[in-house]
Amino acid sequence: MKCIKSLLVAASLLAATSFVWADQYVPLLSYRVGPYGSNGASFFGGLIDYMNLTNLNGGINGVKLSWEECETEYNASRGVECYERLKSKNGGASLVEPLSTGIAYGILDRVGTDKIPMTTLGYGRSDAANGKVFPYVFPLLSTYWNQAGAMVVYLGEKSGGMDKLKGKKIVHLYHDSAYGKEPLPVLEAEAAKYGFELIKIPVAPPGNDQQSQWLQIRQANPDYVIMWTFGVMSAVGLKTAQRNGFPREKIIGVWWAGSEEDTEPAGDAAKGYAAMSFTTPGNYPVLDDIRKKIYGQGKGNLKELDRVGNVMYMRGVTSAVLMVEAMRVAQNKYGKGKPLTGEQVRWGFENLNVDVARQKALGVFDMFPPIKTSCDDHEGSGAVKVVQWDGKQWVALSKTWITGDKALVRKLLEESSAKYAAEKGITPGCLK
Amino acid sequence: MLYREAGQFKSSYEADGQIFPLRQDRLGIALLLVLAFVAIPQFASAYYFSAILIPFLIFSLAALGLNILTGYAGQLSLGSAAFMAVGAFSAYNFILRIPGIPLLLAFVLGGLSAALVGIAFGLPSLRIRGFYLAASTLATQFFVVWALTKIQWFTNYSSSGVITAQKMEMFGYEFSSPASKYLLVLAIVSVMALLAKNMVRSNVGRSWMAVRDMDVAAEVIGIRLMRTKLLAFAVSSFYCGVAGALYAFAYLGTVEPEAYSLDLSFRILFMVIIGGLGSILGSFLGAAFIVLLPVFLNVFAHALSLPTSVASNLELMVFGALIIFFLIVEPHGLARLWQIAKEKLRLWPFPH
Repeated sequence: MKCIKSLLVAASLLAATSFVWADQYVPLLSYRVGPYGSNGASFFGGLIDYMNLTNLNGGINGVKLSWEECETEYNASRGVECYERLKSKNGGASLVEPLSTGIAYGILDRVGTDKIPMTTLGYGRSDAANGKVFPYVFPLLSTYWNQAGAMVVYLGEKSGGMDKLKGKKIVHLYHDSAYGKEPLPVLEAEAAKYGFELIKIPVAPPGNDQQSQWLQIRQANPDYVIMWTFGVMSAVGLKTAQRNGFPREKIIGVWWAGSEEDTEPAGDAAKGYAAMSFTTPGNYPVLDDIRKKIYGQGKGNLKELDRVGNVMYMRGVTSAVLMVEAMRVAQNKYGKGKPLTGEQVRWGFENLNVDVARQKALGVFDMFPPIKTSCDDHEGSGAVKVVQWDGKQWVALSKTWITGDKALVRKLLEESSAKYAAEKGITPGCLK
Repeated sequence: MLYREAGQFKSSYEADGQIFPLRQDRLGIALLLVLAFVAIPQFASAYYFSAILIPFLIFSLAALGLNILTGYAGQLSLGSAAFMAVGAFSAYNFILRIPGIPLLLAFVLGGLSAALVGIAFGLPSLRIRGFYLAASTLATQFFVVWALTKIQWFTNYSSSGVITAQKMEMFGYEFSSPASKYLLVLAIVSVMALLAKNMVRSNVGRSWMAVRDMDVAAEVIGIRLMRTKLLAFAVSSFYCGVAGALYAFAYLGTVEPEAYSLDLSFRILFMVIIGGLGSILGSFLGAAFIVLLPVFLNVFAHALSLPTSVASNLELMVFGALIIFFLIVEPHGLARLWQIAKEKLRLWPFPH
């Protein structure tokens, strides 16, 4: 035990000295093996490639980014260990993005005490968008609740107007876990408001067999099916729908069921299937830059060049763009050309403003919705697009960004975060 | 030579019946405790406390719980994570709904709730054995996680089914620093390990072992099967329940029912198998193997500055190979290896 420990200390010293600090250090709680490994590899590949590109272009006002990866295997306790191991290295972590609900919950309390901002792009607690209660958590771009709201709007438009939703039947087919149940408050409220019938059908994870659920759906004969699934459950759902003759044009998937990893295994059962997304598929100047400057030099993080630009990769790039922008904003306040502390980066995230002009300058125009955050609103946007799988790739169905009933979501969010604050004895307020 | 019992005479029943009959062992354990309670808090950093030592101790406790059931009483179970979940969610609810309840009492009540659930799901063990029992304990796993996500009262109507553990306070002192949490966990685990050690040496433990070795014979010599088996389920679930509560309160802070998935049950079972069935020490060794080894491998792979994708895969391969290696070298687990080492040390340097 002692021997192993001293070896561990030696190893960590070795790792620490091989970096030069005066860089902006980002710990990466990545996962490249295990059931979700291919998702993680694309996401973190995109994140790292963009950080490399930033460094190549001279960093953030001259401050280079440095990072260290730690394999979490999407496992909460491994993730916590990685976070604890990496957080104070190289002058301290400036932010953390675990891309896993379990890990995000595991370090939710810790990021507050350690003063390290955590971004949760498109997952995690929806009520964390209230920065007064969760000062260090940033569910940037869109939360599950706003996504659910936007889904209802999309289905309403599809039916020919929100008033046409009255009397319609919508099935919510969901991953039977906290993740699948998260949108229920919003969907129930919307059902009451627009008068559609919400039929809730849970699928026990992993969801390899969904015959009984889809038979149930066929019996109910709904107008639409919301597929709030994850992992293998999504592909199986699509295939079972095909076998039961349920038209996939009536299915709308959650964004975690809307990547190549979900549709490719489903084969032609996925053609024409639509899902939500907080990124627009397509090609962007920044991706060309990455292909040329990073992969052209053989410095790319992924082995397969064709994964550059896939849905998960693009989410990784989006996350990196927002991170770098937050640091830029923070440098404008705390001094250009100097590495920032976690607290300063947090301020940057809270005062983020990436509008259309800024997106164009960065070569990411329309890749994600314009975002403007504040202490009240750590989400900053809440807009999403509907994308469709044409059999080979994802294409955007919606021309513009759509939002749901944000006032309703805000109300739910205030209630839920107030309850959390009361339980934890937090006095809500803005940090300086 | 160093490790021999020559000259150590036992002249009373107390001396004969103590846990560690050898002076060297007593000294060793005393040193270990001093190290754990005094020395480590002086030197270890927050990282060791909150990322290495606390999870190691918590998983040791859970493995100890399963070891009582599987290793001592011979009832195979795949429901350990479910019992941990019951412990965690009931401790949370006791603190939430009874204001001012002492922390330790909440943990004990959490453990007792787990024990009740354990008794209920232990009932099939009266009729079925072995792999069939393992399959029926799977039901616990699915039922408990399902109930916790389904019945919103358990999670205090949290929209996403996630609970956030309350602050840990005792006599006005708040356990917030990693070192204080470590000491709390260590104290609980030490006391419970001592209790377990004594329990398995008492007539309760002996009847468990009799049932494990042959339950028909045990029944013939007058051991009441129902009581013995259900007691084993209750005690085991109690240990798992307390471990689950600690997992939520002292380690993760915010947990969803999914954190106590079947995967975790399997990990605890592997800890018991690799550490050694029917051994208290084995629970600790097994937990160290399963919890800490991947972390060390990960650190080593990084120190070698391999590309991350290679390092991640290599780590899994080495870990798998080591499991096979240890099980081939000693199918009875790491605890048995330690026992063999002790026997060799007694004769060293003059073996027969």
